[in-house]
Amino acid sequence: MNARDLLLLVAAAIALAVIAAVPFLVGDYGISLGINIVSYTVLATAWSLFSGPTRYVSLATVAFFGIGAYTTAVCIELVPWPVVLLIAAGIGMVVAALVGLSTLRLSGVYFVIFSLGLAELIRQLVTWFEVNKTRTLGRYVFSDITPSMIYWQLLTLAVMVFAAGILINRSRLGLALRAIGDDETVARHSGIDTTRAKIALFVLSTVFMTLTGAIMAPRWTYIDPAIAFNPVISFTVLIMALLGGVHRLYGPLLGVVPLALLFEYLLARFPNHFSIMVGLVFIVIVYFIPRGVVGLIERVTTRKPA
Amino acid sequence: MLIEVLLSGVTLGGMYALVAMGLTLQYGVARIMNLSYGELLIAAAFAAMSFYGGFALNPLLGLLVVPLMAFVLSYAIYRYLMLPLVRRAPTRDALEVDSILATFGLLFVIQGVMLAIFGGAYYSYSYLAVPLKFLGATVAANRLLALVLAVVIGLGLYLGLTRTRLGTAVRAVAVDPVAAQLVAIDVRTASALAFALGGALVAAAGVLVSMFLTFNANLGVVFTLKALVVVIMGGVGNLLGALIAGLILGLVENSVAVFVDPGLTLAATYAIFLLVLLVRPQGLLGRSGR
Repeated sequence: MNARDLLLLVAAAIALAVIAAVPFLVGDYGISLGINIVSYTVLATAWSLFSGPTRYVSLATVAFFGIGAYTTAVCIELVPWPVVLLIAAGIGMVVAALVGLSTLRLSGVYFVIFSLGLAELIRQLVTWFEVNKTRTLGRYVFSDITPSMIYWQLLTLAVMVFAAGILINRSRLGLALRAIGDDETVARHSGIDTTRAKIALFVLSTVFMTLTGAIMAPRWTYIDPAIAFNPVISFTVLIMALLGGVHRLYGPLLGVVPLALLFEYLLARFPNHFSIMVGLVFIVIVYFIPRGVVGLIERVTTRKPA
Repeated sequence: MLIEVLLSGVTLGGMYALVAMGLTLQYGVARIMNLSYGELLIAAAFAAMSFYGGFALNPLLGLLVVPLMAFVLSYAIYRYLMLPLVRRAPTRDALEVDSILATFGLLFVIQGVMLAIFGGAYYSYSYLAVPLKFLGATVAANRLLALVLAVVIGLGLYLGLTRTRLGTAVRAVAVDPVAAQLVAIDVRTASALAFALGGALVAAAGVLVSMFLTFNANLGVVFTLKALVVVIMGGVGNLLGALIAGLILGLVENSVAVFVDPGLTLAATYAIFLLVLLVRPQGLLGRSGR
């Protein structure tokens, strides 16, 4: 660790302290906006942790988010809170490993297709189970967890996802993943077990998504499968990550903040045309900012454009 | 009972086969992974319903009009949205990622428009809903008609692609776009044509589906998924494979719905998908694994 790293670390610590103090400074609306931004930061960063280096587009964010939320709804009155989180993470990991084992040894397109319908599949299975076995559709989530506590838990999770990202970048796994992203065939020929690397990273990235869902569930007090597995969440995460730029760890953060504010405004202003607006915003990003805000910044700051 | 299950399974399978044939044209020939594909099916179903309810336009006439509109729309989508991506993409994989992202955005736009107009409720209309005796089983006339029409359209497409010069050119592009250029095939035009033809096919399927199924604005993605599974199961770019795989999926799904639980049809689709991924990822009739 050199002087520059140390300075960055101090700056990050100060920023974190300020962000953590937010619930003391703002009202209820501020906290809910803060929860929104921090939760999407975790989701988008976790998404690009896997999809950034491998370039495998995952459309299944909400599948894992929903698994987390539903685990909380089922378990919160049965076991202590940390155990709820552990159970959620465990289920998320098993599902992710199954998806990874069946698709990630093949080419990327199989993974995309599988992830496209995964949330819908789990939603239908949960619905089927609830209707036929427990005879209830929709559950109430009663707890004494306050919005501020949710905010701080999410912030902890955000710190963890960034730490994980930094550690991976510096490890052999990170090097392996960058090689896979550049050229998978070459990576395989240089002795990298590409399947194992991809599965490991996918599982790690989805654990963060699952935990976000688990932590967020007490916000709603009532959830049913349609709320927990709302496909717009997957879509929003994808847009935010892409706008920020997925090839840098801090990239998604740059996309989350402006888009969370924009979506907040659009949702209040055009509640019935929200998905049209979001779709259009997304298409603009794909066509005009393909490398994200980070890519734009890098093009301006480096003298010789690549 | 068994014949009824078989018959409605084959009808559903015929729809899937038609939808998958269109998608295999878009993905296999034009190399565009179109995630907004199923939305076009639902849009066509809504169009057929609106024409029938609003102008008393018979769905059979709708079957002529709606696919034509979809053909023009899909051509425009290819020309103005996809072609810039094709030009920009350095490799085939890059194009795949770009097209996935762009059409995923398109999915939400089309779905949003339909939600704004029709809301999230389920719709259906009654056309030829009269019971018929067929092979000792009772079937609704509209189902039988949809099946017959699907067979006619599918057969027409198959003959068009295998027996005409233009169809052969399109299939050549599916096999190898670079080599196709060497024998003076205009790959861009063939790709645009295939993409638009795929759009027309899915719209035709949408009109047929609307005659006998209930539908809502959120169902598009499920059809996209099933079409993709059928395409992969049959082998990418393979029309006959899409036909066989579509029928299999329809039969299995319908059997699960009747004998097990209607809430588990998507689970059945995924079970088949998993089986294909584990046993034969290149598809039933696919030649080489990618």
